[in-house]
Amino acid sequence: MPAPRTLLDKIWDDHLVCSPDGEQPLIYIDRHLVHEVTSAQAFEGLRVAGRRVRRPEATFATPDHNIPTTDRSLPIADPISKQQIDTLRANCREFGIRLFDLGDADQGIVHVIGPELGITQPGMTIVCGDSHTATHGALGALAFGIGTSEVEHVLAAQTLRQSKPKSFEVRVEGELYPGVTAKDLVLYIIGRLTTEGGAGYVIEYTGPCIRRLGMEERMTVCNMSIEAGARAGMIAPDRITFDYLRGRDLVPKDFDRAVARWETLPSDAGARYDRSETFSGGDVVPQVTWGTNPAQVVGVDATVPDPASMTDPSDRSSAARALEYMGLQAGTPIAAIPIDRVFIGSCTNSRIEDLRAAAGVVRGHQVASRVRAMVVPGSGRVKRQAEAEGLDRVFTAAGFEWREAGCSMCLGMNPDTLAPGERCASTSNRNFEGRQGKGGRTHLVSPAMAAAAAVTGHFTDIRQWRYH
Amino acid sequence: MQPFTTLTGNVAPLDRANVDTDQIIPKQFLKRIERTGFGQFLFFDWRFLPDGSPDPAFELNQPIRQGASILLARRNFGCGSSREHAPWALADYGFRSVIAPTFADIFFNNCFQNGMVPVKLDESDVEELFRRAAAAEAAGQAYRLTVDLQTCLVHDDGGFSRSFTVDPFRRHCLLEGLDNIGLSLKHVDQITAWENAHDLAPLQGGAT
Ligand code: SF4
Repeated sequence: MPAPRTLLDKIWDDHLVCSPDGEQPLIYIDRHLVHEVTSAQAFEGLRVAGRRVRRPEATFATPDHNIPTTDRSLPIADPISKQQIDTLRANCREFGIRLFDLGDADQGIVHVIGPELGITQPGMTIVCGDSHTATHGALGALAFGIGTSEVEHVLAAQTLRQSKPKSFEVRVEGELYPGVTAKDLVLYIIGRLTTEGGAGYVIEYTGPCIRRLGMEERMTVCNMSIEAGARAGMIAPDRITFDYLRGRDLVPKDFDRAVARWETLPSDAGARYDRSETFSGGDVVPQVTWGTNPAQVVGVDATVPDPASMTDPSDRSSAARALEYMGLQAGTPIAAIPIDRVFIGSCTNSRIEDLRAAAGVVRGHQVASRVRAMVVPGSGRVKRQAEAEGLDRVFTAAGFEWREAGCSMCLGMNPDTLAPGERCASTSNRNFEGRQGKGGRTHLVSPAMAAAAAVTGHFTDIRQWRYH
Repeated sequence: MQPFTTLTGNVAPLDRANVDTDQIIPKQFLKRIERTGFGQFLFFDWRFLPDGSPDPAFELNQPIRQGASILLARRNFGCGSSREHAPWALADYGFRSVIAPTFADIFFNNCFQNGMVPVKLDESDVEELFRRAAAAEAAGQAYRLTVDLQTCLVHDDGGFSRSFTVDPFRRHCLLEGLDNIGLSLKHVDQITAWENAHDLAPLQGGAT
């Protein structure tokens, strides 16, 4: 009898093209997603070497990182940004790649539109020049971020040099309490694994708590795997996955046959992982980051930690530096920290369920007078769906800005940035120094927690929220 | 790609952990469509004061560290975004090797594509290198190290010598300065065979 295999083993074995003596193995890449910031140099490399794109139909492009989220009918003000987007257009035209362009109804953040259009499917290998490519692993794919040289390699050879990563089972028992979301769960896990705990591994999230999560919640969890240092996170496909995919634009024509194939993907009973950790969903409370990496996180009912109480010297100095940058005092209750800005968006939390959760909190309330709050849907489709449900009016009536789809203030490459010293409750995935603008202070939270903070002007335990 | 065999150069100590790629090259400089010219923006937010002048307090702005080609840092160097602009900026500034206890995976990969060697040493060895660098600088001299990819050794001329490990294939590519894509395309028959053996129709999709 063949040895039991994990989901990772099965996808890996199926995609191994060759493993020549003395070389790293070559694995086949099913889907390649391309955006404007990490692709120009790769296309230029192809041109210089006189190479073509091996399978243009396996590659999809969209501008998202560096685009304005205001009125799309206006020209892009920043000439360098405009050049980057024009370059993507020209490259897609020259190499025959399908582009979901600005103004296209299906444009959006690359990790939002992949699953939404059915580009992402179980059992696939998927890469993109972006570290949050792990998002697609939520559908049972092996998906990870690559650098621009590797983008060029995949364009030319539809394969990648890879050594097989180690497998890491993160099992979550039990279930989440009401008000506690997938975002809180993944922040909690990162806090325990640390920012490098997953380095060298692909995480497979398993257990009853994970199985109960909806498809979009699973994407939120896998999305942030990179913040624990893992290049990929994945969740075995099941009924929830298949129901999500059925009827989407680019799924296989013979869908039932595809489902039959996908049903063979989950890890076999007794399959071995290189490492395993178990958590309990019931231990998780709503999370708020206090520092400058996502592992610097505590529950909303806690206080800002004291670096002096940390045993590891490197943790201690990082924490001290972080508190200085964040302008926080050890011992301050998290709920007493006032905020200036709120950002609801990013590939972590900009899907329709995220917007529904945030709108539910906001309904019947007003944004606090000192707070400027913004909602940026993840894609054109999410935006239209939200508008059809009237969520845009809930947000705008409360005083939120309602924007066009893009990465926006997740990384602040476009005009949406924090001013120095401004403090933001953000549903994005990185709270690094300067991430949302030089001197800006980012606290990562769930959409509901961000919405509540917008209303009260400080972090607020969503479990005590009075819904209207 | 520029080959890497052995490098002897000055060391710039950067005593920080979790140095992320947003710090190495902040996003406002990712708009260029070339691979070159990023060195001027390396560590921009740390390196320059709001008025644009160099911050004298920042580690790399110390006069003694000018012209360094080896960067010494703490664990989890290069975490965060996949941007290859990070190694481009380091290389363009003049670094050809980074020594740290651990690296983030994508950054680690990206180095090899750009003729740079990321060297993983034990935390205690990195600590020793920080000590030696501080002692040399206190005596008014830059600390010099050799990173030898042929022998896989890092050594100074004061008795420090440690071996490091590199994937043999990547080492070979770096030593020879090989074109990775050209090398992979030699296996084009196998790539085609894989494609022929797999039903690619579902990949085309088209339910509507
Ligand atoms: S939303 Fe943020 S993390 Fe996601 S792809 Fe865009 S910039 Fe990257």
